[in-house]
Amino acid sequence: MGYDPANPMVDRITDIGPPHYSKFHPPVIAANKGKWLYHELTKAGVLMHKAENGDECWTVRVGAARLISIELIREMCDIADAHCDGFLRFTTRNNVEFMVDSEAKVQPLLDDLASRGNKFPVGGTGAGVTNIVHTQGWVHCHTPATDASGVVKAVMDELFEYFTSMKLPAQVRIALACCLNMCGAVHASDIAILGVHRKPPMIDHGRITGVCELPLAISACPLGAVKPAKATVNGEEVKTVAVNADRCMFCGNCYTMCPAMPLADPEGDGIAILVGGKVSNSRSAPKFSKLVIPFLPNTPPRWPETVEAVKNILVTYANNANKYERLGEWAERIGWEKFFEKCNIPFTIKSIDDYRLAYDTWRTTTQFKYTSHIK
Amino acid sequence: MAKHDTPMLDELEKGPWPSFVTDIKRQAETKPECWDILGQLELSFRDKITHWKHGGIVGVFGYGGGIVGRYSDVPKQFPGVEHFHTIRINQPASKYYSTENLRKICALWEKYGSGMTNMHGSTGDMIMLGCRTEALEPFFYELTHDIGQDLGGSGSNLRTPANCLGQSRCEWSCYDTEEACHHLTMHYQDEIHRPAFPYKFKFKFSGCPNDCVAAIARSDFAVIGTWRDDIRMDQAAVKEYIAGNYPSNGGAHADRDWGKFDIKKEVIDLCPTNCMWMEGGELKIDNSECTRCMHCINVMPRALRPGAHQGATICVGAKAPILDGAQFATMIIPFIEVSADNEFENVIEVIENIWDWWMEVGKNRERVGETMQRVGLPTFIKVMGLEPLPQHVREPRSNPYVFWNEEEVPGGFDRNVDEFRARHAA
Repeated sequence: MGYDPANPMVDRITDIGPPHYSKFHPPVIAANKGKWLYHELTKAGVLMHKAENGDECWTVRVGAARLISIELIREMCDIADAHCDGFLRFTTRNNVEFMVDSEAKVQPLLDDLASRGNKFPVGGTGAGVTNIVHTQGWVHCHTPATDASGVVKAVMDELFEYFTSMKLPAQVRIALACCLNMCGAVHASDIAILGVHRKPPMIDHGRITGVCELPLAISACPLGAVKPAKATVNGEEVKTVAVNADRCMFCGNCYTMCPAMPLADPEGDGIAILVGGKVSNSRSAPKFSKLVIPFLPNTPPRWPETVEAVKNILVTYANNANKYERLGEWAERIGWEKFFEKCNIPFTIKSIDDYRLAYDTWRTTTQFKYTSHIK
Repeated sequence: MAKHDTPMLDELEKGPWPSFVTDIKRQAETKPECWDILGQLELSFRDKITHWKHGGIVGVFGYGGGIVGRYSDVPKQFPGVEHFHTIRINQPASKYYSTENLRKICALWEKYGSGMTNMHGSTGDMIMLGCRTEALEPFFYELTHDIGQDLGGSGSNLRTPANCLGQSRCEWSCYDTEEACHHLTMHYQDEIHRPAFPYKFKFKFSGCPNDCVAAIARSDFAVIGTWRDDIRMDQAAVKEYIAGNYPSNGGAHADRDWGKFDIKKEVIDLCPTNCMWMEGGELKIDNSECTRCMHCINVMPRALRPGAHQGATICVGAKAPILDGAQFATMIIPFIEVSADNEFENVIEVIENIWDWWMEVGKNRERVGETMQRVGLPTFIKVMGLEPLPQHVREPRSNPYVFWNEEEVPGGFDRNVDEFRARHAA
């Protein structure tokens, strides 16, 4: 049978959802669900979960590029077939987990992974840098201000030793979103790499009425910078929009709504660095990431400025924070003025919020620390 | 043989981290359109700008989501990626797979797509990256008929729900996250596949306040496990930690010498509510002061466990910055039982209360957290039929601009200015 283009609705199956998860549990997981007692990391990338009945699940965590081929997935399957009864798991941060039911099976698995070049780095656990959560970038997205996979590869090459070890004060979660839409939701990461635009949209007057609803384009702007306007195209007056560049904050929401308002630009676009966010409720409440470097240029293929900035912040944090202290908790304890000084990051007016809810971030106390910023 | 020169991308084949460039080249040996992925990406690296056109509405019959259209703006140079649509496949809860299942999906994608994927997308789906429009229906037919799987969400609908692995491999999970995720995914297939909302709506299920699936930061409806009674304690194991026989934080700090474990410095002094102390060689906790942050449990997993009366806290309205700024989800239901025994009907009731209201008053492209901001938390609490609680706020309001209702004020709002003037000269 198969799909018949002449009768697309014949025998159609819809709304069946995903397969039931229990079909994919490795045996040791199926046997002990809800009966786990505790866990330990025996070394970076290796977790042992102990069950009430003494069963053990040993997990080997392996980093992967989020962008992976079916050839690589098949190789992962070969490994899981050889060592893990034909099961494996992915984490929310693009890591792969291979699980076995005894310690004796761990070393052969590690040896197999190590024999395959650099495809399967073991790590990403505990007080280290785990895999970077990221978006599509230039490989698939239509609104990016930077690439994703390329920047991530360059950053992870530099931070590799922190992926394969657990020597930081706490876990450091790095995320990249290639534009302000933040499909990668970098707004609560220890270190966030964010693609930003810096030029207002151009208006393609010849196409705008054909491809977008003008009122939607106008209302898309949170600052009222997009207004109705008229333009002349081939001697004919057409309805279009105009952008008040002084009001534009380069969010790109107009381009999302209207394809005739492109704003990406080789010189205008680049990367902002935000730090100090966290998701966990452990000790302190979840925190947003804060903008500390407003702009770094797009410098493919290896974005050296971005790599250097991330490494500098990570190392300064590693050398100064207390055990268990997340990056944002450290910055709050010492004060953000000290954070800028210690990291040797120039403080610019662009780190002072002037958007909605900005007042919450202004200092309304006489308490502050004297740093080199005060002359 | 490489079809295009890619000197910049070739630089990304160096270094210790796995190279997506090497991987795409390997795939290109059997799927030659992958050479054009590399070619167009190299062009973007050179031009420092994307070469994908804006949007493109494609899909499968009967669904309003699950496929994201994508077209190259340089198709003559790179015909292999002229159409490069994304297909989102709803991942199984917790993201466990059998190799049998993964191999079937790989074979299907080899037949109809580029061979490239994301494992996984930010919301949780398996992302099949790059196929032509004419491949969509046959792909969907075989996905549903031969593999028994389905598409995830995109657009203004319920996005594919996601969960932390929960009780399947974690001792801290306070409810069965994967069952909750799977059950609600199945319950809301129509809402996932046919957009009817003002904007996207995301469910995420985390088993404990460590929130490994980032529910409080990334979901409109965050179900985060918690407990009501006392932290379960094993005093013998506490002694083992103090003696240095058990690794603190489950061994998570093993690669640096932080000195001998110090329960005062590492646990008691870091408790955000100062509700712990040592007494007669035993660890004491004033559980009535505990806010269940997980720090002490994280540090001493063999000695401390979440309480036994378990459920979840529901927080509503998280989103990334577009447009009004980033929001975390706001705590709405402090404690709710989450159980498959009643098919999650109490959770479903909360969800549908939110949807009934938001579908009515939400503006186009307004996330529920933005609607809550616009109308205010008091209105939202009333709409949800909830009692206002001090737990709903970090602190009481500091301005006095209360919206009193007429019936709350003796005599109402109707007054006669002439009578007023009779007593008060202007």
